[in-house]
Amino acid sequence: MADESLFEFLHMEMVSHVFTEQQSSKGEMDNKDRAVCISVLEAMGFRVGQGLIERLTKDSPSFKDELDIMKFVCKDFWTKVFRRQVDNLRTNHQGTYVLQDNKFSLLTQLSNGKQYLDQAAKYLAFSCGVVRGALSNLGLESVVTAEVAVMPSCKFQVVIQKL
Amino acid sequence: MSRQSNRTTDSKKMNSELFTLTYGALVTQLCKDYENDEEVNKQLDKMGYNIGVRLIEDFLARSTIGRCQDFRETADVIAKVAFKMYLGITPSVTNWSPAGDEFSLILENNPLADFVELPDNHNTLIYSNLLCGVLRGALEMVQMAVDVKFAQDTLRGDNVTEIRMKFIKRIEENLPAGEE
Repeated sequence: MADESLFEFLHMEMVSHVFTEQQSSKGEMDNKDRAVCISVLEAMGFRVGQGLIERLTKDSPSFKDELDIMKFVCKDFWTKVFRRQVDNLRTNHQGTYVLQDNKFSLLTQLSNGKQYLDQAAKYLAFSCGVVRGALSNLGLESVVTAEVAVMPSCKFQVVIQKL
Repeated sequence: MSRQSNRTTDSKKMNSELFTLTYGALVTQLCKDYENDEEVNKQLDKMGYNIGVRLIEDFLARSTIGRCQDFRETADVIAKVAFKMYLGITPSVTNWSPAGDEFSLILENNPLADFVELPDNHNTLIYSNLLCGVLRGALEMVQMAVDVKFAQDTLRGDNVTEIRMKFIKRIEENLPAGEE
């Protein structure tokens, strides 16, 4: 079946394409353009996350509660998508979760410290979308953001939206 | 324990689904961004080219294949090693031209197009055109200029997916002036 590196190459090229396209219309990229690119990538990730979670959970029983869903995302879902489990899950038990992955697969090829820290956001947008899409199809609307202090470790913050 | 073994076979399949779904999201986005299919085809080819020029390094590092002696050997390596390694399928190599510079790769099933149907208003879209760019880019890095096209596509109603590859010329390595 499709090799892991193929996805990584495709993802790199997608990020590059989205940013180049936005830039070609003007000379410089301002923050608004960057935000547009990030949201385009996030939206793509959203659709992929929705599809993936459907495939993954079609035969499993329903989840007991929100925490159960988050644990599933941290273990099974993360393993299937990013080939490892989340290293640390923290929550305030009021709808906010922080998922920490110390060796995030889409960042390992970029650097091993502080180099390219400012570029990391581009490479996390798609993954944030994947998580948001997965949660959405499990019945949880959320806002997912990611931050990186030291590559390749990153923290995904998930805030569940209460209706 | 049985869950464990499920996971290994599942994880390979899942990677394929991740790639297939991501590719689908990409094509959808490109269709939104560009007005016509021709432009989307071109963008897919360009992106494929950019991937191909990097993929070849990954391939050469992992496959320990040496230099191919001729185009026939290249065709075999592409079908039996490269496609197998990256997409898990082995297309067949057929339809050689009399001059030996053109051949077809026949794919029984195309992992990029799993779960995909083309809507009616996109019948000139070459959905898997990324593959053409990848092949073109990868071969250019090993000094071969080739032309790669889809001759048949199951998404457009054909029985099989056929990629036609034509050897154009050998690319001479250009040494910077003053060397050798």
